[in-house]
Amino acid sequence: MDLSIKPAYVQFREEVRDFLSRSLTDDLRAAGRLSTSVFHNKERAMAWQKILHKQGWAAPHWPEAYGGTGWDVVQRSIFSEECLQAEAPQLIPMGLQMCGPCIIGCGTQQQKDYYLPRILSGEDFWCQGYSEPNAGSDLASLQTSAVSDGDDYIVNGTKIWTTYAHFANRIFCLVRTNRDCKPQQGISFLLMDMDAPGITVEPIIGLDGVREQNTVFFDNVRVPKSNRVGAENDGWTVAKYLLMFERGGQEYAPGLYHALKQIKSIAKQEGDGQGGHLINNSLFMARVHQAEIEVAALEFTENRIKAALGSGQSPGALASMTKIIGTELSQTLTELAIEAVGVSGLPLQLDALEPGSDVAAIGPEYALTAMPRYLNTRATSIYGGSNEIQRGIIAKTVLGL
Amino acid sequence: MNFDLSEEQTMLVDSINKFLLNNYDFETRRQLASSDLGYSADNWKTFAELGWLGVPIDEQYGGFGGSALDVMLMMEAFGRALVLEPYLATVMLGGRLIELLGSESQKQSLLPALVQGQLQLALAYDEYGARGNPAWVATQAEKSARGFRLSGEKVMVLNGHSADQLLVTARTSGTLAQSGGISVFLVNPNQAGVDVIPYITTDGSHAANIRFNSVDLDRDSLMGEVGQSYSSLTTVLDQATLGLGAEAVGAMEKLYKTTVEYCKTRKQFSVPIGSFQVLQHRMVEMFMRHELTQSTMYMAGLRNLEGGNVAARAVSAFKVQVGKAGRYIGQQAIQLHGGMGMTDELDVGYYFKRLTAIDALMGNTDYHLTRFGRLDTAS
Repeated sequence: MDLSIKPAYVQFREEVRDFLSRSLTDDLRAAGRLSTSVFHNKERAMAWQKILHKQGWAAPHWPEAYGGTGWDVVQRSIFSEECLQAEAPQLIPMGLQMCGPCIIGCGTQQQKDYYLPRILSGEDFWCQGYSEPNAGSDLASLQTSAVSDGDDYIVNGTKIWTTYAHFANRIFCLVRTNRDCKPQQGISFLLMDMDAPGITVEPIIGLDGVREQNTVFFDNVRVPKSNRVGAENDGWTVAKYLLMFERGGQEYAPGLYHALKQIKSIAKQEGDGQGGHLINNSLFMARVHQAEIEVAALEFTENRIKAALGSGQSPGALASMTKIIGTELSQTLTELAIEAVGVSGLPLQLDALEPGSDVAAIGPEYALTAMPRYLNTRATSIYGGSNEIQRGIIAKTVLGL
Repeated sequence: MNFDLSEEQTMLVDSINKFLLNNYDFETRRQLASSDLGYSADNWKTFAELGWLGVPIDEQYGGFGGSALDVMLMMEAFGRALVLEPYLATVMLGGRLIELLGSESQKQSLLPALVQGQLQLALAYDEYGARGNPAWVATQAEKSARGFRLSGEKVMVLNGHSADQLLVTARTSGTLAQSGGISVFLVNPNQAGVDVIPYITTDGSHAANIRFNSVDLDRDSLMGEVGQSYSSLTTVLDQATLGLGAEAVGAMEKLYKTTVEYCKTRKQFSVPIGSFQVLQHRMVEMFMRHELTQSTMYMAGLRNLEGGNVAARAVSAFKVQVGKAGRYIGQQAIQLHGGMGMTDELDVGYYFKRLTAIDALMGNTDYHLTRFGRLDTAS
């Protein structure tokens, strides 16, 4: 057992840092700094993706044959940490993190050749059609239907919580192709063009006042069968492949440490109403330090996962708990941040948050992001399989209950 | 970075697990706890024969020169079986302090005997009102013709009832809570003026409060420099805290697993109660908190090798995590066992009480959270 870091990794970190300092413009850093959601500003994120793509770094976790970097789990983690430190915008995940891996794992050669380069370059912008108004946590009960008609499917139904559908030119969907079987067995995975006749997109405005989500309606939409990934009725396997692909891949601790640093920085600047600063308020700081200890516990849990993956072992049960702990801690920290900024967090000032905006902040600039982040972060324990669903999975698969 | 046990560590943990499996069932432990000694002298001999007592002690005194991390892995295994033998008191507190402070002749006369299982020690440092702060020393050692004269009262001296020698912190200068002016003395508990008041603690351990009524000490009973012992004392206490916390991690593991098994078999409303979602999620929470605490254990053990502020802060982070998770897992284990959890018949209550005691020992959650904050160089 040791914490030593190989010299090669130290050197790699230097290379990444050097690249980031050369490539990130002030405008891109501002977008990263001012982002209040896991989904960053679309223009800036795509501009940054183009730069990374040129460097060959747009999809570090993809196999090298499809345009990945060939980095190991530690290198990927170093890259994410440095991007965070440098306040780079985060890439939009639907193509690179979600649809791409499904195509890599289960797509035809033709699908791979056509779609993967367009995902990497940003030419295609994908959105994800999984949830439906009546299929949330119980995703397998989805009802959007795809009925065979010669070489095509005719798709009818509604998808909801479709992030950035209003920017997307493609959507990957789970649709029902068979009703006479167990719910999971009658689902297929389809790739569609958003400009296909019969698709309409309606906005959903979030708690934070931002349009991030949409409802997508399908009215007799014709989709070629060649756009199906995997076998008919085998879409659940395709979707699950993504879970395997992602297993242990997501790290929360670096982002949480970043948030902690910001809270401490705010606490040094905010008054405490007693002539000192919030950093002197032991009640508030005890909560910050309690959170810091919990972040350290998660950090070392993630380190254990990385070490296991790095030496070809299975991280086992540990990998299943990081989503719950990571998202709950991010909620704790965004809550501490709104408490740190106090009433300065209350003015609604979405315009000042736009990257490149010339609208001045009302109150201290560090307060701008606190409330929208707090509001947006409530979603983290709901999406990606709610934390209740995650607990159910652990109860079943780990504890055998 | 890797979290694999070395070959030696694996062998050590395996041998402990094997010993405990064959010698430490719940009934045996219960009888040991209520005996006068509070542990088994035979077991202690076995610990010595198997080399366990020398794990953190330097090789030149017959030990193995192991790290705090090695001891943590042992203590984690001890914690799963609620081992009563005073490893922490004799080896981690007594032995390690002698190693750091003692003169060569003190070390030569004490440490080999300790490693061979012939010497029981206790560190008398805690006092009423200290709340975990080792600098809170009201006990006085005044200069006298022979050497020093010791007066004061120490509380919750682990293994104080059976120690052959006591290590006692006393103030030779300075005021209460000052880190300077603290000295350590080696005191024979049978000496005139030493009043040992033994008791059994709520979790079945044995300890003592000890009064020193103008006890005359020779000059060579002093260990280390006069008034300069605080730093060594905190180093030793921090490493012992790591051991104590590791013991809690082992206890938590046993407790959550016992609870899961119980809920799989206990039926109400014609079904196992483990089929109820509200209980499932509670047990998932217990599982996760144990894993997180174990991660913190590795962090604290590995950072201890770095020393300094980083090491000390990691110890406090670990003790906070142990305190919080121990409370949660302990309380939920009782709740999920229902009425049976409240009885003396099941081991569940003993694990719960041990976890409760561990939080109170060596600085509780609040003490270590405050210390974690004080050592925060970023704020």
